[in-house]
Amino acid sequence: MSDRIITTPISKETATSLRAGDTVLLNGVVYTARDAAHARLVELLDQGKELPIDIKDAVIYYVGPTPAKPGQVIGSAGPTTSYRMDAYAPRLIELGLRGMIGKGKRSQDVIDSMKKYGAVYFGAIGGAAALIAKTIAECEMVCYEDLGSEAIRKLTVKDFPATVIIDSLGNNLYEIGVKDYIKSA
Amino acid sequence: MREITAASITEKIRDMCVEANYLLPDDVSECIRSCHKTEPWAPARDTLGRLIENIDIARNEKMPLCQDTGLTCVFLELGQDVHIVGGDLNEAVHEGVRQGYAGGFLRKSVVADPLHRKNTGDNTPAVITVDIVPGDTLTVTVAPKGFGSENMSRLNMFPPAAGEKGVKDFVIETVKLAGPNPCPPIVIGVGIGGTFDRVALLAKKALMRPINRRHPDKYYSDMETELLEKVNALGIGPQGFGGKTTALGLNIETHPTHIAGLPVAVNINCHVTRHVKAKL
Repeated sequence: MSDRIITTPISKETATSLRAGDTVLLNGVVYTARDAAHARLVELLDQGKELPIDIKDAVIYYVGPTPAKPGQVIGSAGPTTSYRMDAYAPRLIELGLRGMIGKGKRSQDVIDSMKKYGAVYFGAIGGAAALIAKTIAECEMVCYEDLGSEAIRKLTVKDFPATVIIDSLGNNLYEIGVKDYIKSA
Repeated sequence: MREITAASITEKIRDMCVEANYLLPDDVSECIRSCHKTEPWAPARDTLGRLIENIDIARNEKMPLCQDTGLTCVFLELGQDVHIVGGDLNEAVHEGVRQGYAGGFLRKSVVADPLHRKNTGDNTPAVITVDIVPGDTLTVTVAPKGFGSENMSRLNMFPPAAGEKGVKDFVIETVKLAGPNPCPPIVIGVGIGGTFDRVALLAKKALMRPINRRHPDKYYSDMETELLEKVNALGIGPQGFGGKTTALGLNIETHPTHIAGLPVAVNINCHVTRHVKAKL
């Protein structure tokens, strides 16, 4: 099966057409954010303020990269474990966040929001951070520079390899993949 | 009495922090390559292939294998006939970490306080464990520990009646609960015995042993083999997408314990199981 090319921002129509297990190559802008940045984003929302990024149809990559060496766009940049963002994700999905890239399980709350608003959860290969860095063509600081690796950055990715883990119907590759393998073994 | 300078310890640790983060130890790297050949499930094979590519890129281009370059665990086996001169031993270690993480372009992942959560900016302090041993050498192990897997680790104080079955079930249950979160294929360190604090250290130390070296006691080496087989029958697979290769290795370390207790700790590590050892 060949990888489907997906360009960001991702429309609801495209997001809802993806199915758990699909392998994709992501192209375009994705924003980085992990624990500390999510806490600040939700704090802004609590105060009724605007977010520093256009969240509609956007994709957030849960990553805290290593510092770039001279001449590099970015250092190593693999996904971090997503459940730590579960407390914040539904608020962003409700505002139009379309895709999340990370690794590991999500809470039922997040999955319910994804189903309700038509969002998709992609998995990148955890621990393949040097390989993934090769697919990041541009990196620009957006805000929260004081957070160091946890700052929000705007990445432009080219053929970033990802797998749909949870789709907008709630199908979950972590359950399907293991079941299918065991059936075959 | 042999003298070792604090400066030479700093220098050594600086270099070891960088090496540990760029080069996967041979035992782990070879195991991933061999699992890639034997993994029956195609998506899992594909993932393992990408992990091998990542190992090669990190080595050739001197890049960190993983963006989580870890909380730096430093184990010192300090000979009782060694005299550290020219500075404080702990500070010499922290300074080595500081220099290694700055010069090696490694991520600074340490917050100064667990609740206030302000980044220290230089990946210090390291977590230092010192054992005083006979002799006049200092053996240093640097093991950067990622927290995706650290967070999936567990400890339980069993009653002695739980026995071998209780221990085995707890290990399997821990891997099952972790599922895809710790970046499988994982390496599993199991501590059995000692006290509440010691058993966690045993599990951590189990992760320092090469995964191709079994426990010297046949009873425990058989248990290592059996548990690894059971873990790899769970079907979690690389990244949790299904497959045979859920764990690359499982090491057990034990310690005498109290008549009333059976402490067990399971420390999970990811496929980027990093440790470098050197003698001064």
